[in-house]
Amino acid sequence: MPERLLEVEHLTKTYFPDRKEPLTALADLTFSVADGEFLSLVGPSGCGKSTFINLACGIAQPTSGHIRLRGEPITGPISDVGIAFQAPILLEWRTVLQNVLLPIEILERRVTSFHREHAGSLLKLVGLAGFADAYPRELSGGMQQRVSICRALVHNPSFLLMDEPFGALDAMTRDKMNLELLRIWGQARKTLIFITHNIAEAVFLSDRVVVLTGRPGTVRDIVGIDSPRPRDPTGAEFRATEAHIRNLIGESAADEDQ
Amino acid sequence: MTGPRIGKRGALSRRLSLAALSERLAQHQLAVLAFIALLVFWELVVVVFGVREIILPRPSRILAVMIEERALLIRNMWITLYEILVGFALSVVVGIGLAVAIVHSRFLEKTLYPLVVAFQNVPRVAVGPLLVIWLGSGIASKSVLVLLVCFFPIVVNAATGLKDVRQEMINLLVALRASRAQVFWKVRLPNAFPYILSGMKIAMTLAVIGAIIGEFIAAEQGLGLIIMIATAGLNTPLVMAAIALLVIMGGALYALMSFLADTLAPWRKLP
Repeated sequence: MPERLLEVEHLTKTYFPDRKEPLTALADLTFSVADGEFLSLVGPSGCGKSTFINLACGIAQPTSGHIRLRGEPITGPISDVGIAFQAPILLEWRTVLQNVLLPIEILERRVTSFHREHAGSLLKLVGLAGFADAYPRELSGGMQQRVSICRALVHNPSFLLMDEPFGALDAMTRDKMNLELLRIWGQARKTLIFITHNIAEAVFLSDRVVVLTGRPGTVRDIVGIDSPRPRDPTGAEFRATEAHIRNLIGESAADEDQ
Repeated sequence: MTGPRIGKRGALSRRLSLAALSERLAQHQLAVLAFIALLVFWELVVVVFGVREIILPRPSRILAVMIEERALLIRNMWITLYEILVGFALSVVVGIGLAVAIVHSRFLEKTLYPLVVAFQNVPRVAVGPLLVIWLGSGIASKSVLVLLVCFFPIVVNAATGLKDVRQEMINLLVALRASRAQVFWKVRLPNAFPYILSGMKIAMTLAVIGAIIGEFIAAEQGLGLIIMIATAGLNTPLVMAAIALLVIMGGALYALMSFLADTLAPWRKLP
């Protein structure tokens, strides 16, 4: 078992604790993430995924429990994380290269030719070598999302948080991007926390899938997937795993209805 | 980084080329023809019905007066233009300043912004005479009136542009421990840039009105004063000549602002 990079321990986040009906977004979440692991969080909407992202990058603080990064609890913004959202969220007045370099501009005093070369090699990695000087508007949705992945990687963070990064893309582009992501993950050797509503996507990509229940989000089960990549979504084992996770989510939904 | 500069210059030269100019003229061909037809119709009506010059001079007569009195008209046009540009520049500075203050501070948003909006209900023309008492009948009172008339669209547009940034972008920067200043300079201000330019476009049309009204109230020079004096002398052709010059000047200023708005924010108009 490789070293544990992140440990999520009894993580709970309650909004409006002073009100009559406080809103608990996450309740007693516990799991760990190994160094270099591809881990997916799957759950129904309202399972507190945006809350988890805000806690994991340190811009919000948990009500109780904590997330440890290499043993140290996260208590404030950590620049050691790369984030990609459902929308690319690029700055439209900046070229592709300038967008990728944004985290460097924030973290370092100045952007050097070394940084530029690094950004260039990331763009090459995602297949956008010729687009460094293009504006986001000139790119397709899938290409823009790749730029945002480069931006998440450029400052060499310990781990990546991806919030349904391909959720807004059409099904075909999405399949292609998932393959791309596996390739990038394999080459960049980053720990990846991937949040999605799509069970097949999670099974296709992940080493382990953390299945969350909704409102408040809590861990239903953690499903390990050992089969070698690339996985065949039509294979019997794949479909069995997918059905298993769907059942877990279905059961928790049924629990809620009672 | 040379990429965006090349892009900008490319867009600029594209818009400035002769081919582009004739293309734009071709686009407005019908409008130009309609305008010429209107002038011809006007000329004919005046001639055929023998309308007195004091009521409505012919377009050709107005043109003749414009040429005849060009020294007087142009000297006064410079004054009016100067008042407009000073007041407009002030309104850009004040407008952006207010917008930044409002967006940066909850307190100012709750106190200052309602005041700015309420001030919009004060008929600025009515403030004109006060400005003459405070600042005299020279250029200063006109420029301040221009400022008062045209800062509002700039404040509103700039504030909207500064605020209209996605929360995810802010989160991304906060997670990287960006300072408020960094968020402002790298994201909010550039994001507001096209909004500010379009606010300036609206403000420019108001600026011309503000300067003329200022000159109507009390002035020593300017096209507004020429109009007042010529009207008093029932010199209608000179009034119309001054108005025509104002139309040309205002149109040129607006065209310049539109041009700047389109070319300075090239990311807004990429193919």
